[in-house]
Amino acid sequence: MEYILIIISAVLVNNVVLAQFLGVCPFLGVSGKISTSVGMGMAVIFVMSLANLVTFLIQNYLLIPLHIEFMQTITFIFIIAFLVQVVEIILKKVAPPLYKALGIYLPLITTNCAVLGIALLAVKKDFNLLMSVVYAASIAVGFTLALVLMAGIREQLDLADVPKGVRGFAISLIIAGLLSLAFMGFSGIVK
Amino acid sequence: MAKKLESTLRNMFLSLTLISLVMSAALTFVYLKTKGPIELAARQNEINAIRQVSPDFDSDPLTTPREVDGVTIYTVKKNNETAGFAVKTYSDKGFSGHIELMAGFRTDGTINNITVLQHKETPGLGTKMAEPKFITQFLDKNPGSFKINVKKDGGQVDAITAATISSRAFCDALLRAYNALDAVDSTTNMP
Amino acid sequence: MTNLKYFTNGLLKENPTFVLVLGTCPTLAVTTAAINGIGMGAATTFVLVCSNLLISLLKNLIPNKVRIAAFILIIATFVTIVDLVMKAYTPDLYKALGIFIPLIVVNCIILGRAEAFAQKNSVWRSVLDGLGMGIGFTLAITLLACIREILGNGSIFNIRLLSENAATILVFVLPPGAFVTYGLLIAIVNRLKVKFNI
Repeated sequence: MEYILIIISAVLVNNVVLAQFLGVCPFLGVSGKISTSVGMGMAVIFVMSLANLVTFLIQNYLLIPLHIEFMQTITFIFIIAFLVQVVEIILKKVAPPLYKALGIYLPLITTNCAVLGIALLAVKKDFNLLMSVVYAASIAVGFTLALVLMAGIREQLDLADVPKGVRGFAISLIIAGLLSLAFMGFSGIVK
Repeated sequence: MAKKLESTLRNMFLSLTLISLVMSAALTFVYLKTKGPIELAARQNEINAIRQVSPDFDSDPLTTPREVDGVTIYTVKKNNETAGFAVKTYSDKGFSGHIELMAGFRTDGTINNITVLQHKETPGLGTKMAEPKFITQFLDKNPGSFKINVKKDGGQVDAITAATISSRAFCDALLRAYNALDAVDSTTNMP
Repeated sequence: MTNLKYFTNGLLKENPTFVLVLGTCPTLAVTTAAINGIGMGAATTFVLVCSNLLISLLKNLIPNKVRIAAFILIIATFVTIVDLVMKAYTPDLYKALGIFIPLIVVNCIILGRAEAFAQKNSVWRSVLDGLGMGIGFTLAITLLACIREILGNGSIFNIRLLSENAATILVFVLPPGAFVTYGLLIAIVNRLKVKFNI
């Protein structure tokens, strides 16, 4: 059924980080430990689903009727910034250790190109409200998947003897490349 | 250097409002100035594609488009007589989804030329559908007698090696164009 | 002139792409063709210089608590301006860069420089910083794009270098190639920096 296709396509086939290049900064930054990665992933799933919901409504009930579609970028990014603030406040109250572990990366979800990028893409794809939210949630699950896989590898890497020249971002990117190559094997499973 | 404005509620409100007003004014100005050129650029794009695939003409096909099932048919005229048709068609069966073609037909239904408008196929494989090597086999053929299906499916089309799905999608789009034209136009002698 | 160092900083010493590793998304996504590198670099530099200039100009009128909101407002406006202008006058480049044009607004380079530099420095220095960072970004991603285009497509700036049927290493214009090439370039630049003590 259509929703299954949307979900599989979003998580595996067109993985947001490994195939579409969105959300790479936090992907490289947060994937040091599996536990923080899972926490970040949860936060992103929440923010992205909400963001797509609200931006869908704004696009269809405000921007289009008033013919001010050119305000799309500005309104969308403000909605996202606002939602991230809300998540920050909630996390601080409900899960302080996670809040501390995520540190600066939590407010940085605002500049996570995946959140804005997927909100913009969902509008282009002409989804209805439910599809848009399901799409966002699935994309975020794909993000979490990539993040956790990367974290698992990097935790192992910490124990390995990486040549001095490629330590840090260089080796992370090369590994991301290998992950991306592996994920390419998924293309074509959705026909 | 003057001191920074204090973060009182009044100051915050005033500052943001002032900035919003100035930026909105600037943006609206640019929007209005670029509105015309943007429409012009889009029209130019469409005309270029039509010109590329259609027989010689001197009319403005953009004034009389006909929409049939998601396909757009443009009639081109020379000296006020119908010279041919340019059909903007699509298929969602590409390897990576949506592809769009502009197919030019002569008045007897034979294919004049085809150009690929957009696609997201795999570079080096599906992208070959836009190359002359693949397209020449369609030229001067009449879909009424030439079976537009890949050989694997019982047709007469040579598919691109290792890109059968992209080739199938191309045929799907082309057939869609021909069928729409056939259904709508009665001034052609199509078998 | 000592101010010159604010410009040259962004070119190599603190190159946003290879040293600070900011703005990774467009770096990976649009560098399949050298011309895209130039186009994206130019658009980003425009937004960077304009926003650095305006933010530095208004720095005393923006209360601390709303600074991020104000920055975003200013940056998003310039991004939309670039978007509209490109849509009108460079439609082919506009189509090639796709959603990465509006995504300039979340390019960490711009918000990063606004926060770290423009709000604390003079207008002229902020402009120089914006130019340096922007040009450094442009040079870096164009280099990456040239490598990917030559190896993966046999062309550079759409000029064919190899014959029609020559084999190309396709993976370089695909996602894995982007990641790996970027990673290797970072490693090389780091090595060069250590060697020449920059």
